[in-house]
Amino acid sequence: MIKLLSGNEALALGAYHAGIKVATAYPGTPSTEILETIASFDDVYTEWSTNEKVATEVGLGAAYSGVRVLVSMKQVGLNVASDPFFAASTTGIVGGLVVVSCGDPGIHSSQGEQDNRHYAKFAKVPMLEPTDSQEAYDLMDWVFNISEEFDTPVLLRSTTRISHCKTVVNVNRERKTDLRQPSFTRSPEKFVMIPAYARLRHQIMEERIVKLRTYVEDSPLNEMLLADRKLGVISSGVAHQYAREVFRDASHLKLVTTYPIPAKLIRRFTQEVERIIVVEELDPFLEDEIRALGIPVTGKEFIPLTGELNPEIVENAAIQAGILPVPLKPSLKSREAEPQLPQRPPLLCAGCPHTATEFTLRGLGIYNPCSVGDLPEERKIPSQLKKAGLVVAGDIGCYTLGVYAPLFALDTTACMGASIGQALGLEKAGVQNKIIAVIGDSTFLHSGMTGLVDVVYNQGSTTVIILDNETTAMTGHQSHPGTGISAKGIETRAVQLETIAQGIGVQDVNVVNAFDLPAIESAISRCVETDEPSVIIVRGACPLHVKVSGTPLEVDSEKCDGCYACLRIGCPAISVADDKGWIDSSLCIGSSCSTCAQVCPQEAIEDSKK
Amino acid sequence: MKEINVLMVGVGGQGVILASDTMSEIGTNNGYDVKKSDSLGMAQRGGGVVSHVRWGKHIFSPLIKKGEVDFLLGFEQLEAARWSSYLKSDGVAIVSDVVIVPVSVIGGNTPYPSWGEANKILAQYTDEIYLLPATKIGTEVGNPRALNVVMLGSLSVFLELETETWTDGIRHRLPPQFVESSLEAFSRGAAEAGAMRLANEAKK
Repeated sequence: MIKLLSGNEALALGAYHAGIKVATAYPGTPSTEILETIASFDDVYTEWSTNEKVATEVGLGAAYSGVRVLVSMKQVGLNVASDPFFAASTTGIVGGLVVVSCGDPGIHSSQGEQDNRHYAKFAKVPMLEPTDSQEAYDLMDWVFNISEEFDTPVLLRSTTRISHCKTVVNVNRERKTDLRQPSFTRSPEKFVMIPAYARLRHQIMEERIVKLRTYVEDSPLNEMLLADRKLGVISSGVAHQYAREVFRDASHLKLVTTYPIPAKLIRRFTQEVERIIVVEELDPFLEDEIRALGIPVTGKEFIPLTGELNPEIVENAAIQAGILPVPLKPSLKSREAEPQLPQRPPLLCAGCPHTATEFTLRGLGIYNPCSVGDLPEERKIPSQLKKAGLVVAGDIGCYTLGVYAPLFALDTTACMGASIGQALGLEKAGVQNKIIAVIGDSTFLHSGMTGLVDVVYNQGSTTVIILDNETTAMTGHQSHPGTGISAKGIETRAVQLETIAQGIGVQDVNVVNAFDLPAIESAISRCVETDEPSVIIVRGACPLHVKVSGTPLEVDSEKCDGCYACLRIGCPAISVADDKGWIDSSLCIGSSCSTCAQVCPQEAIEDSKK
Repeated sequence: MKEINVLMVGVGGQGVILASDTMSEIGTNNGYDVKKSDSLGMAQRGGGVVSHVRWGKHIFSPLIKKGEVDFLLGFEQLEAARWSSYLKSDGVAIVSDVVIVPVSVIGGNTPYPSWGEANKILAQYTDEIYLLPATKIGTEVGNPRALNVVMLGSLSVFLELETETWTDGIRHRLPPQFVESSLEAFSRGAAEAGAMRLANEAKK
């Protein structure tokens, strides 16, 4: 059957047809849709795990029973999961275990750019990379067979332009049903990694890679296309598509088994062509591996090390390096210098439950004392705070967008769950400011909890704001343990944030409404003055998730004096018309938010139906 | 089988992805090799959205090379101007008259370009620019969210496929309650673009 599938849909369907019984993941762009797709298949146990480490551990346990398991995550997710990933490599598996890591070259939605191919070499695990959705689908059959044949987890690496591109797929397999039934057979030498047994396993891991080196030599997945022998291009992943697009006449070697690499095949290719180049995104991974074979290749001399590639980047690099001729440009029309066009940065949405808190943090932060000059007297900054100011350690989620104008609400963002530890570190180092950690509900459960334990145990006085929008919003509204809804949409048991905080030992736990500006401000102002740890759960559902719609608010132009205080909350529904504030009724969610009405000193914003 | 490169650009929430998905499925069902790739940025809404759709006999790159776009579909005027340099010299720009002012304009120093200015930027790359009264069509068919189908309708005029192929694709992709107004929006978009194209050819 011919279908148009995204890489992620193809990976999911391929894994389903390979007979997986268990699939685990933590949401993360660009990997999220893999588990979402699998969740629609009835006969696969599917879970959103608390984090990627847990996802991998659940996957490993299931694989020990003999069933096939798929674990998926974004590139930085594998940093979190690296401990069980290495452990899986050490113990090996019983049923096939495939870890999908989706990279984000170009950083469309991540906190950093990293090349996860190194993990394969580091953990001594075989790696395969598809070049389109068809291969993503086809490879799933191969990787599970490799996993079981060589008793190893397999890393299947994708990137944004594989996972999120739709390409045509011939879906030509049915779900495998003749697979092993789950049962656990004791084997301490394999499963219990005390040093004595781990030493044995390390030996086995090294032998396994040697066997895999031989195996990949004959793999039909790698493809040599001989054309013009002057230039030979080695590439993998989506970079292969760019290479084919740009070097139309050249000879190509497409590598799908990218660790270990097929050395003899590469040597053969080298003998067929005069000059070899490698086209790959991010690090010179293949280039270094090939060079280690003693083959002189170039690549990163002219292909950029950072960012994602595209056809014109590859083409321009090749022209500058003299590999492609300078094109005879068609006579272009005379062009003026391009006028500067305004940028369109991402924003918190209209009605976002994070806005009021971030607006408050900015107001209390005294970065720009003038900005609160037009607030009523009772909402001016407390004098003590004004003296020291706030430092806000941020985390990963939609609220990170509060770093932009006009909110300017965050001082740090590092990685999942880092805010709480960073806040404690700043405090213990002796920074004089009041320090706040800001973290989302899903992120707190992912890896913020352990930080909070550290604060309690080590007698910090950190104030932790948990922005609870009751979903994992940034990746597209996935459920998490706090929601009490499973990955398949079935009601389960909800984990309570306030109970966790209390259980950890925080005495000062507060819950406030995300749209109640005075309550948020008073809770923060009070908590930062105490010498004990405190938690403020700011609760309000993401309006895009629960699809809130109310009567939009409007600005009474009689009352509006054009002070633009309403613009400072950064709501995309609010702009200026005729020198007065103006609310776009197609975006405003109405009185369930009303953050703008609360900041308006003239009380000029009200329900449009009044 | 002629290769066709379409770049759809707009703002989150405008239905760019639904339009490019629909177009990609139509291409697949008609025997083309199809690749499509979106850039969404981080936000759920409000950021720029770019979708590359490629039809052909055999497509390699999922991203269209700069200077090789046959049809630039601007769902929003500023975004159309921003991506103009992707156009081929004989490419076609179809731009909806929708204006969505970014927050950076409200608080900043760079003004939102007028249509005259946006048109001038586009005209550096192509002579064939059509400004579509998409807002009016949306209101008149009683479905302001039908902008994406208006854009598909206008594009259909320039491609070889039968109208039924498009309408079947739309019927298949859209929720039933929106099908009727969407099909009307589609034919209105096609009629507008068709008339403008004829007028343009007469001028030549």
